[in-house]
Amino acid sequence: MNPRVDCRKPFAEALEKLAASDPRVVVVTNDSIGSSNITGFRKRFPERFVNVGIAEQNLIGVSAGLANNGKIPFVCGASCFLTGRALEQMKVDLAYGRANVKVCGMSSGLAYGPLGPTHHSLEDLAWTRVLPNFTVIVPADAAETAQAVEAIAALEGPVFLRVSRMPVAAVHPPDYRFQPGRAVLLRRGSDVTLIACGVMVERALFAADLLAGGGIQTRVLNLSTIQPIDREAILEAAEDTQAIVTAEEHSIYGGLGGAVAEVVAAGCPVPMKILGIPGVFPPTGAPEWLLSHFGLTPQGIAEAAEELLFRRSAHVPRPYSRH
Amino acid sequence: MVYTARMGHPGGDLSSADILSVLYFAVLRLDPHDPAAPERDRFIMSKGHCSASFYVALAASGFFPLEELDSYMQPLSALCGHPDRNKVPGVEACTGSLGHGLPLAVGTALTARMDGASWRTFVLTGDGELQEGSNWEAAMAAAHYGLDNLTLIVDRNRLQQGDPTEEAMRLEPLLEKWRAFGWAVAEVDGHDVSALLNLFHGLPLERGKPSCIVAHTHKGKGVSFMEDRVEWHHKVPNEEQLAAALRELEAAQ
Repeated sequence: MNPRVDCRKPFAEALEKLAASDPRVVVVTNDSIGSSNITGFRKRFPERFVNVGIAEQNLIGVSAGLANNGKIPFVCGASCFLTGRALEQMKVDLAYGRANVKVCGMSSGLAYGPLGPTHHSLEDLAWTRVLPNFTVIVPADAAETAQAVEAIAALEGPVFLRVSRMPVAAVHPPDYRFQPGRAVLLRRGSDVTLIACGVMVERALFAADLLAGGGIQTRVLNLSTIQPIDREAILEAAEDTQAIVTAEEHSIYGGLGGAVAEVVAAGCPVPMKILGIPGVFPPTGAPEWLLSHFGLTPQGIAEAAEELLFRRSAHVPRPYSRH
Repeated sequence: MVYTARMGHPGGDLSSADILSVLYFAVLRLDPHDPAAPERDRFIMSKGHCSASFYVALAASGFFPLEELDSYMQPLSALCGHPDRNKVPGVEACTGSLGHGLPLAVGTALTARMDGASWRTFVLTGDGELQEGSNWEAAMAAAHYGLDNLTLIVDRNRLQQGDPTEEAMRLEPLLEKWRAFGWAVAEVDGHDVSALLNLFHGLPLERGKPSCIVAHTHKGKGVSFMEDRVEWHHKVPNEEQLAAALRELEAAQ
């Protein structure tokens, strides 16, 4: 059995465990107590729990003040409001000031589904990964989420941790140890590489199964650290497989796909396909429905890989190409 | 410094100078030889554009040699136009973007509260800066948490970059605003050293409340042709003006 888990649960458990052993750990929130699943933390550590109310600029400033004087603040709030609403505070107070603050963007991506674009967070990876000194992490399952909480507390400096609420199955072997900055090789293959993060990793593995049925040996990488990016693993994949498909629950502009493309274009140019939300505000729909709508399914990923391989073998010109 | 750098904010530098002098020479408990001492008072210069007078206060207190002031805004200097906490000893926050100091100060004062520590937090903001909404988010939080270890000084010089504050975006009634947000409030002549000292030595203004001191000042204080003139917000003096300004300031000493 591989039960699907809402990663906010292992997040909260790991945070409480961490706080029990490290008195520097504090939680700062913008009233997002139930939705960040931190009621347990508040109950156990009321003196280390700060609610600044619905005020994200102050949320980040207060956290920087706590961090600069020795605390390790975990900022918990809905990713959509947390990042965009306080982005300049993240740039100046956290990135430039090198404050040891862990910004935890909860219910990211399309998780709020039919609540609509105000509640979707499809820009957060683009916004955070351009900030110098920031580490950006998107765990793919429960185990990785829990380990990431522990790992980022040990990292000195600002971190953006993207935590989904869409239930996901375990994608890692039981002995997996998360290491910040390291891409995780989940499946070996030499025909094409799928690089995914977060909730898309499980789907990429299913896509690899589908492709295997057609005789395509697919490499699958979980790129759980977007920044600093694992150049070696990406360039090795580009060299070995000569084709890369990326998949993310984020805009196709500036996120995982963009980050991979920057590495590939400069180091080992090979054909790529970037799957995600194509620069639009999504229509109304449940999260799963929206993922299907944008082709972010095992089937959709597999088809994109096949098309990329076909184009490469046939040298079929791209649509809109000048040739 | 501003003359050499060909950039800077002399108007606000001069309106803050007396406040900074009083803080650094008579109020803040700091050790320039151990700028990160855990028990030090924390001072956050929210109006980071007035870095020239801030750097002078730090250098004159011994945080770095006075000669370093000559490198102000020169290539690769630690003394950037706006202060960087990672480069300059004694600087607690990277400021320059307005409305950042008070939220940082609230987090700083909360840390002391959590740790049961006796060190205090001070923050100096401009008045025009209070148009940034982040200040009022922080104002609510400071009062909500009863941070009487936090003191805000507002450099009320009544001018901002383009216009008088009351024309650009009205701040008055400013004292009433702070009172309504739950702060203990006092006003003072920001160039009257003994009045400033009296207030600072009587902190907190009220137990259980953060203190707000509105310091009435003059932009360009001490230089007749700069005083209360909006254009001197970030104007650079020419050689003649520099000489005249220095003559006036020296004569006043």
